[in-house]
Amino acid sequence: MLRGLWNLTWLEIKIFVREPLGVVGTVGLPVLIFVGFGRLLGSQVRQASPGMPRAISVDLPILASVLIATSTVQSLVAIIAIYREGGILKRLRATPLRPYTILTAHVMVKLLFTAITLAAMLLAGRRYYPVDANVPLMSFTLALLFSTVSILSMGFLIASIVPTARFAQPIGTLILYPMLGISGLFVPVASLPLMLQAVARALPLTYAVSLLRGIWGGEGWSAHVGDVTILLVMFLAFTAVSARVFRWE
Amino acid sequence: MPHALVREIERLPRPRPFWQVAHDKMCPGTRTRMTHQPVVHVASIRKTYGSTVAVDEVSFDVQPGEIFGLIGPNGAGKTTTMECVEGLRTPDRGLISVLGLDPRRYVYSLQERIGVQLQEAQLQKRIKVHEAVGLWASLYRKPMDGDRLIEQLGLRDKRNAWFMTLSGGQKQRLFIALALINDPELVFLDELTTGLDPQARRAIWDLVRGIRQRGKTVFLTTHLMEEAERLCDRVAIIDHGRIIDIGTPAELVQRHCPERTVIIATEDPTAPERFRAIPQVQSLSSEGMQLTIRGSGADLVTHVIQCLAEHRIRVIDFRTELPTLEDVFLKLTGHLIRD
Repeated sequence: MLRGLWNLTWLEIKIFVREPLGVVGTVGLPVLIFVGFGRLLGSQVRQASPGMPRAISVDLPILASVLIATSTVQSLVAIIAIYREGGILKRLRATPLRPYTILTAHVMVKLLFTAITLAAMLLAGRRYYPVDANVPLMSFTLALLFSTVSILSMGFLIASIVPTARFAQPIGTLILYPMLGISGLFVPVASLPLMLQAVARALPLTYAVSLLRGIWGGEGWSAHVGDVTILLVMFLAFTAVSARVFRWE
Repeated sequence: MPHALVREIERLPRPRPFWQVAHDKMCPGTRTRMTHQPVVHVASIRKTYGSTVAVDEVSFDVQPGEIFGLIGPNGAGKTTTMECVEGLRTPDRGLISVLGLDPRRYVYSLQERIGVQLQEAQLQKRIKVHEAVGLWASLYRKPMDGDRLIEQLGLRDKRNAWFMTLSGGQKQRLFIALALINDPELVFLDELTTGLDPQARRAIWDLVRGIRQRGKTVFLTTHLMEEAERLCDRVAIIDHGRIIDIGTPAELVQRHCPERTVIIATEDPTAPERFRAIPQVQSLSSEGMQLTIRGSGADLVTHVIQCLAEHRIRVIDFRTELPTLEDVFLKLTGHLIRD
């Protein structure tokens, strides 16, 4: 069914591009905001002035990547909910397409646009935030892809449970943004209250941040075997659970 | 499922693609092939949602080459039954065989041989007509020519139109195209014409008759009695999840509503007593010069005409009223189908 996957993915890309507002929101807006902030705060960031929060002065690439990944998850949850409510999923299922093919196609479309957005940000923002030549960009891309897939699997679990499209957006927000807050980006996980620490350790974003930060900072993959393993286990667990509870209509 | 049945069905000649088949040659064949093993066999299926029994002890067969209709009001269990047969739902108990196969176990091999149109389905808003047909064609091993199908369903002008811009009738024609793209042996049509205006509805009926002429079997659901009467070779009436009766529309009318009504306008004062003398006449009422004669049996009309000729009664107007499936439904269920 590889041909079906490829055709469906290509078609979904074309369909996505046909909605100009969607493209502007996904690709244009983040780049614009990034560049805007760069103009305003660029010099301070470059000089690492003490007034800047660590999340911006040190972790900007991580913050940007994770924000994009999170919004990717949001839009995946939304599109699955819309397709389900409109009966599109059901119609696609009554074909030789396997269920996982349909869902994989959507993940691929989302990953593609995440990659485009980040590449555009990197290019447009390099005046304000020059990337150190020592940063292993290939490794970082790989780590980000891996993290995004893992977070997406959590999005799938949310998409499997939410009853209607209207409900998908707030539920997604309610889960994703607190998750971002305790991921270790803004406050080190170790300094969180014990309860929140426990929650943070149960969520994939915490490990994604740790992995991304390490790779960007030049640490090798071998230093992050734990993060990779946990992200992989979470991906498998979320996928397995959503495969069981997923509703097509 | 007995293997003998599987072999039997495999021995049946696979219908050739319809563009190679002359229509007039296919028509007579459709009747004689009805003696073969059924295309769909449903035995005592039951499906409940929580405490609601959606389908209860439903059994029926669909024969090769016929248009079979499951008719009943909304919520009677039509769609649930059909989706069980399509393999999209699993009945709590009972047996289903489609083309000799269990639709749950062999859902993917059956997908190659059946075509499905779902009730109230949608496609991506901004998918183009030819893209949808092309995608579907790419999913099957032996697809038909998509462009040809688009043309046959009258969608050539809409080839590049987005799904969201199509009218209700155009959407349904696209869904028929998608259901036919794999040249299926059996086509499922669920509430095909709901929400369409009468003109679009008639056009769709012609298309469905065309599917039968191509040697395919059609299994449809409808809550429109007129649609069932005009389109279906056989119907099963379903209400509250149970099958009430199965037969050709004419058989069902004959069986449950044998009454016939003849309405005559005449100025002949002797007419009423002459008609009363006919044994089949059960009641006679008059209003001005209009006489309404009610009786039972197919011969009533003949007897009335003979009586008119015999007594040289001058008639100004003559018409008959035959019961319809709507009347049958009312009689069998005690309520109108629209209720």
